[in-house]
Amino acid sequence: DHRQARGTSINNSELFTLTYGALVTQLCKDYENDEEVNKQLDKMGYNIGVRLIEDFLARSSVGRCQDFRETADVIAKVAFKMYLGITPSVTNWSPAGDEFSLILESNPLVDFVELPDNHSNLVYSNLLCGVLRGALEMVQMAVEVRFAQDTLRGDNVTEIRMKFIKRIEENLPAGDE
Amino acid sequence: MADEALFQFLHNEVIQYVYKSAENGEMENGRCVSKLEHLGFRVGQGLIERFTKDTSRFKDELDVMKFICKDYWTSVFKKQIDNLRTNHQGIYVLQDNKFRLLTQLSSGKQYLEHAPKYLAFACGLVRGGLSNLGVRSIVTAEVSVMPACDIRIMIKQVN
Repeated sequence: DHRQARGTSINNSELFTLTYGALVTQLCKDYENDEEVNKQLDKMGYNIGVRLIEDFLARSSVGRCQDFRETADVIAKVAFKMYLGITPSVTNWSPAGDEFSLILESNPLVDFVELPDNHSNLVYSNLLCGVLRGALEMVQMAVEVRFAQDTLRGDNVTEIRMKFIKRIEENLPAGDE
Repeated sequence: MADEALFQFLHNEVIQYVYKSAENGEMENGRCVSKLEHLGFRVGQGLIERFTKDTSRFKDELDVMKFICKDYWTSVFKKQIDNLRTNHQGIYVLQDNKFRLLTQLSSGKQYLEHAPKYLAFACGLVRGGLSNLGVRSIVTAEVSVMPACDIRIMIKQVN
């Protein structure tokens, strides 16, 4: 059957990637400026993250991480691999051990994406920052997550910087934003 | 699979976003469903583009429908449809007894009024896929008992 040639199946990551692209496009239409879009992506990512963590813990049966270094490894080697099919490298640890970088050689979210000229402040993949922040909040870690480098904006690699802020007390409720 | 879960989480957020940014009211529901369908349409077009650029391999409308119902549906929704009916006059009804985007919502009649929100994007995906294969259509969905649903495709005949 000649249809067995390459490109005969759609994998789910394309569905996710294309849906994400459609969402970003829609947000750019709905909001005045890139900062607002970035904020919205972060919020939506957060809402996803607080639920994704349960899915992750159920699938991976990873135990409680002992420290931030272990957390970093689990994020890079288990979570990213599981959901996005890539394994970023963990580097650039701060001397205090409270901040590190995830280096993504390739970012599956940005396949076939080009930023138009009038969106130079858009952090296209900002959803990921919210996801990480929301997920970690559910396991009692308050973190700051941001993109330090972005191939869409001309950098060689995509770098996500994660900083541990503090441990969250278990009896504080967290909710949707 | 995990990547499917990731899509479903995103899909849920897209639905929440579309509804949150609309005003309250009956009329808005239709507008939101439309917006979701349109997003799905764009994504469906993109998916088919990546899947196959070779539309000449489809002999006729039936060939296209078979592709949509088997290869495309299975790739996108991770399972085969359970039944396909046609009146041989341009109407096709795809039946899925366990539609992936509804299983999280409920089984039975609870939240039935919310089902259209969860089907709009999927209808768009089908319409978008067909569109890029040269077939114009109207795609709607009907649910009576979740997670089963019927996706109804009405081919727009060229006169």
